Amino acid sequence: MPTMNIIQAVNDALRLQMRLDERVIVLGEDVGKFGGVFRATQGLQEEFGQDRVVDTPLSEAGIIGTAIGMALYGMRPVPEIQFADFVYPAFDQIVNELAKYRYRSGGQYPCPMVIRMPYGGGIKGGHYHSQSNESYWVHTPGLKVVIPSNPEDAKGLLLAAMRQDDPVIFMEPKRVYRAAKGEVPEGDYTIELGKARIARPGSQVTVLAYGAMTHIALEAARKAEAEGVDAEVIDLRSLVPLDIDTIIASVQKTGRVVIVQEAPRTGGFAGELMALINERAFLHLEAPMLRVTGWDTPFPYTLDLEYLPSAERVLDGIRKTVRF
Amino acid sequence: MSLVEFKVGGAGAWPTAPFTVLREDDTADPATMPDLSDEDLRALYRTMVLTRAFDQRMFMLQRQGRLGFYLASTGEEAATVGSAFALEPQDWVFPCYREQGCYLWRGVTIQELAHQCYGNALDVTKGRQMPVHYSFRHKNIVSISSPLTVQLPQAVGTAWAAKLRKDPVVTLTYFGEGASSQGDFHVGLNFAGVYKTPTIFFLRNNGWAISTPRSVQTASENFAMKASAYGIDGVLVDGNDILAVIVATRKAAEKARQGGGPTLIEALTYRVGSHSTSDDPSAYRDETEVKEWERKDPIQRFQRFLAKRGLWTLEWEAELQETYKAQILEAIEIAEKSPLPGPETLFDDVFADTPAFLLEQRAELLSHLDSLKEARS
Repeated sequence: MPTMNIIQAVNDALRLQMRLDERVIVLGEDVGKFGGVFRATQGLQEEFGQDRVVDTPLSEAGIIGTAIGMALYGMRPVPEIQFADFVYPAFDQIVNELAKYRYRSGGQYPCPMVIRMPYGGGIKGGHYHSQSNESYWVHTPGLKVVIPSNPEDAKGLLLAAMRQDDPVIFMEPKRVYRAAKGEVPEGDYTIELGKARIARPGSQVTVLAYGAMTHIALEAARKAEAEGVDAEVIDLRSLVPLDIDTIIASVQKTGRVVIVQEAPRTGGFAGELMALINERAFLHLEAPMLRVTGWDTPFPYTLDLEYLPSAERVLDGIRKTVRF
Repeated sequence: MSLVEFKVGGAGAWPTAPFTVLREDDTADPATMPDLSDEDLRALYRTMVLTRAFDQRMFMLQRQGRLGFYLASTGEEAATVGSAFALEPQDWVFPCYREQGCYLWRGVTIQELAHQCYGNALDVTKGRQMPVHYSFRHKNIVSISSPLTVQLPQAVGTAWAAKLRKDPVVTLTYFGEGASSQGDFHVGLNFAGVYKTPTIFFLRNNGWAISTPRSVQTASENFAMKASAYGIDGVLVDGNDILAVIVATRKAAEKARQGGGPTLIEALTYRVGSHSTSDDPSAYRDETEVKEWERKDPIQRFQRFLAKRGLWTLEWEAELQETYKAQILEAIEIAEKSPLPGPETLFDDVFADTPAFLLEQRAELLSHLDSLKEARS
């Protein structure tokens, strides 16, 4: 199997699906000739032409708005939003339109599309190149939300996402775009949405994470091991649908939970996970669940590492939970 | 047949008067009169009359407390029926929310409209939206959104997809002059210009956005001239002259179908009634303005034109009014008596397949409703 980083895996998935399905169209700012600012669409315009890999005007509302029209007509658009932080001009089109078309038309007008967007901090990008805005999408009925952490998952999840009959927000952890390398199967395969991955089996505490934070959680688990604590790390892979069964099975085994999320704390997905576990596994808990998150501040430029959950902060959380 | 002049690419000076076919003496200008059979002319009139009769009845029902909400299109029937006439069945319509005339022309029945307004189990949109937020896939009429102007980029996207597939499909999107202040107006016209999509932007300038007059929406002399900035064609037409609307929309549709790209049509008309059943225009506008426009009523104008051609009589009018009234009352009665969607349908169509977490929530709701039933019995 070839070794790839996440960008190469995304590129591989796009190329493969475009060869299989002529309805797939990639559009966005700088995605064509240039191949995207992160190069995720590199070489696609060369192979598939300017009609299927389209450089658009600088307008997120236009990218998503026109992609909706294409999807209504039966195409399978895969728009790229250059940074998740830039998506807000398209917020109305995503939240009120894309997510609701099937429902509000009584099932007459499905609107399948995959919106790819690099998200997250740790690249010295300041407030406008670092946000983790998954809560907005999770809170919007009608959207599926997928966040891979590694190249093999990125390819398999993206291929699965492009074959959904529903809109999917596909958030790519740009902090580990190139750093997360791994073997990626050649050719076609999919990873079912809604199936979490046990990234590290353990018995004493469950650490839940997704995207770039999976790597932080794993690092913390290695540090905990040195202190004699056996942590299980679960990489959620998709938030909607969520693999609640895998989470509950783990909590029933460990009785302790630490949730890692780089988005701001209040209203974040960690809180939702705590509620779900509380509803389903309250009597199995040996300690209060604990979350390690970004702070309720805008994303800072200079103090980004203080803002982001680090392995040390997660380790602190593990210690507190285990010693409770 | 001479045609309306588009300002190609918006170049040159803009005419201050809108393009018209119907003259002051209620005859058509032979130079611009579209090629229409007598049956076409009668059918256009019938559809306008039916639209108004349905609107007025539904509005009255809301006042009687029998319907939650309604939006009438009174005074704008020429704009909606005329533009719809110029389209082909394979064309797609992205409506605003005042285009009942278009749906009826495309063959949607008053029964289908009534079912939607009552949100009953026979409503094809399953009671998911407020009255008037229709969607009819079998007539290529997409789903209506209350937030205005979002439909413009979408109409461009559909036209773009059709163009890529080499389908002879045109998309037409309706919106009001108020919506032209939104960012999506710029986005839609800009993308349409760049990719030369077969899209018709049909702006119904009816003078009012709820209580906000046209003068607050733009400092521009008219709305059609905004096409210039996007390098696309624009035209200003008399929206209360159904023949003028047909000529302009036909030309735009033919041009789009032949690869000529988008057109912005501004139809000058007037919202004679209130914005919706929740509105009271006496609080903000002068009644003399309304009276002035009532004299330009599109149905009356067309009726006088038909009468001069011997195509309209009082007897025919009486017959139409009577027939439509009976049909409308029957449709309403059926809609009112039809069952409502069951609570189990609340969770359908959020996704293609209902996922486990929604099935769980559905079970929770149904079990709660069962417990209420038990408590009552």
